[in-house]
Amino acid sequence: MQKFERLEGLVAPLDRANVDTDLIIPKQFLKSIKRTGFGVNLFDELRYLDEGQPGQDCSKRPLNPDFVLNQARYQGASVLLTRRNFGCGSSREHAPWALEDFGFRVVIAPSFADIFYNNAFKNGILLIPLPEETVDRLFKEVEASEGYRLDVDLENQRVITPSGEILEFEVDAFRKHCLLEGLDDIGLTLKDEEAIRAFEEKHRQARPWLFRDTAQA
Amino acid sequence: MAGQTLYDKLWSQHLVKERDDGTALIYIDRQLLHEVTSPQAFEGLRLAGRKPWRLDANLATPDHNVPTTVIERAEGNAGIKDPVSLIQVQTLDDNCEAFGIEEFRINDARQGIVHVVGPEQGATLPGMTVVCGDSHTATHGAFAALAHGIGTSEVEHVLATQCLLAQKMKNMQVRVEGKLGTGVTAKDIVLAVIGRIGTAGGTGYAIEFAGSAIRDLSMEGRMTVCNMAIEAGARVGLIGVDDTTIEYLRERPFAPTAEQWDAAVADWRHLVSDDDAAFDKVVELDAATIEPQVSWGTSPEMVTGISGEVPDPAAAPDETVQRSYTRALEYMGLAPKQKITDIRLDKVFIGSCTNSRIEDLREAARVAKGKKVADSIKLAMVVPGSGLVKRQAEAEGLDKIFTEAGFEWREPGCSMCLAMNADKLGTGEHCASTSNRNFEGRQGYGGRTHLVSPAMAAAAAIAGHFVDVRSIDDSQPSVQEA
Ligand code: SF4
Repeated sequence: MQKFERLEGLVAPLDRANVDTDLIIPKQFLKSIKRTGFGVNLFDELRYLDEGQPGQDCSKRPLNPDFVLNQARYQGASVLLTRRNFGCGSSREHAPWALEDFGFRVVIAPSFADIFYNNAFKNGILLIPLPEETVDRLFKEVEASEGYRLDVDLENQRVITPSGEILEFEVDAFRKHCLLEGLDDIGLTLKDEEAIRAFEEKHRQARPWLFRDTAQA
Repeated sequence: MAGQTLYDKLWSQHLVKERDDGTALIYIDRQLLHEVTSPQAFEGLRLAGRKPWRLDANLATPDHNVPTTVIERAEGNAGIKDPVSLIQVQTLDDNCEAFGIEEFRINDARQGIVHVVGPEQGATLPGMTVVCGDSHTATHGAFAALAHGIGTSEVEHVLATQCLLAQKMKNMQVRVEGKLGTGVTAKDIVLAVIGRIGTAGGTGYAIEFAGSAIRDLSMEGRMTVCNMAIEAGARVGLIGVDDTTIEYLRERPFAPTAEQWDAAVADWRHLVSDDDAAFDKVVELDAATIEPQVSWGTSPEMVTGISGEVPDPAAAPDETVQRSYTRALEYMGLAPKQKITDIRLDKVFIGSCTNSRIEDLREAARVAKGKKVADSIKLAMVVPGSGLVKRQAEAEGLDKIFTEAGFEWREPGCSMCLAMNADKLGTGEHCASTSNRNFEGRQGYGGRTHLVSPAMAAAAAIAGHFVDVRSIDDSQPSVQEA
């Protein structure tokens, strides 16, 4: 996993609540058996005027000029500002893969859906929940000033606005540690291999029917 | 000290280790795999030179991409015309073969939607932790199993370690007391719950469904309710064990037998919340007041009773809601205050992991029997949830009832629930669908989905627009009461 320590990046505003993972990356692109290359289809139905197909050359497709990520002033954005319950719906990890592949490393919203929250952190994307009023205010600031950038400091859990205002945020300690170090979950868990084996043995004794290989024929 | 909730019990029975920061390692008893969210996980294992921790904990079947017409299916994988879908299904076959994981392949009679197949095989048992790279894994909670959807990195994590990193959720109880009206089903209960608490209402919670109306449901009905916990924002939906649970599992292929069955049943009886258990939040609904539900918008919380109307955005409680209502009405091509019964339909889909079990098909067939699908309906299809559901329905003659009424009778799979195969809505088409998500484009680019119960979908197919199933079907009791 990519490390995340500090990022100073251009902010793009997506003014919409309950953005679901179908919208982040539509189902036809889930047929890929790879983890990469989803960025060109991020928000496909909002971004293009035609219906996208997997494997298609997107550079020739008609862009929706009204969609925020197509506007010149937001090119190169790495911080996405959006509304509540971002990432709801399907568990597809293709959603964070697409966000990351497109270049987003931070998403700021009043709240996030649970499964998406997990998936994003596992892919090096920092999700920052901020109060609804603060998000509202950030939307106004971003829209009012072209080239609006935020400085996101994970170590100290704060976002610094261009005017120098400091916004503190919560992140759970374990996820923070993994992000800062770029740690792989599986490797970490396997350090507890003995504890897992011991648990498994006890569990098997207590409830053998949960194990098909020891269950009665 | 207060007693434990069912969720608390399941959690502590699987807790391997808890870290100081509250993150826990929980042991996973069953992982269900399908073709869409597993290829990258297997690839990850290979790249790291790792092996699955415990093969017998896994069970796989392709479902999302498989075609559902009889002609295509006759050819097996070769009948998958989309080359990208074909690769995905073949990759699942290859991975299961290479790693030694049991798989029900495309034309195995036991193939079907993972969430139909697991319970049907008894591969989902009370007291298990069940995961799958699919958010509707909540379905399995109907068996008092701690079941939730996970992402692909987590699929890989469970394959490699048999554990999941998790954080304890909060407890919510949704109590539905009283008797459901005739023609009102489990689907209407859960849509009404989502309408009440909203699509983020359950975020961070495990929802336990309780109350006499839930107890009265069959296992099929309970699965429908738990299936859509995720549409209320909760990863986990749960229902405590009772006789209905135990009777359903008896003699299922993966269920224990002989003395082990007795020991298991004795253990399962404890899988209920203690009387004095404390919930962080309780929501109560009166079953008698629930009408057949129809969603009008692009989020499952945008739902109302059949006698209701499309809301007027001008009357929305706040600006964000107003904007989302306006946007939804525009996408759905509906006018403010339009009556639900005035919504005309183009297609009807009966299927998906929410409503493709035998009882669902019986409900729909009862409404369709001896009637004809309206001429204005371009396609009405019934897609059974598994090969075994299909076989059972055919043994009962349900397929005949459907085909005589003008429905297409298909092969099992996810089908038009998410339109990854050839079954799709065209732009602007309205569909009465028994599935679980009405998001923009979910059933096809520009398609307009209305979520309903199987009985309501069948009634809509016949009328060509939404109708109150109670008005055409009030002579017969609903299946739950039978
Ligand atoms: S039927 Fe629909 S919701 Fe269920 S697993 Fe398949 S695609 Fe997902």
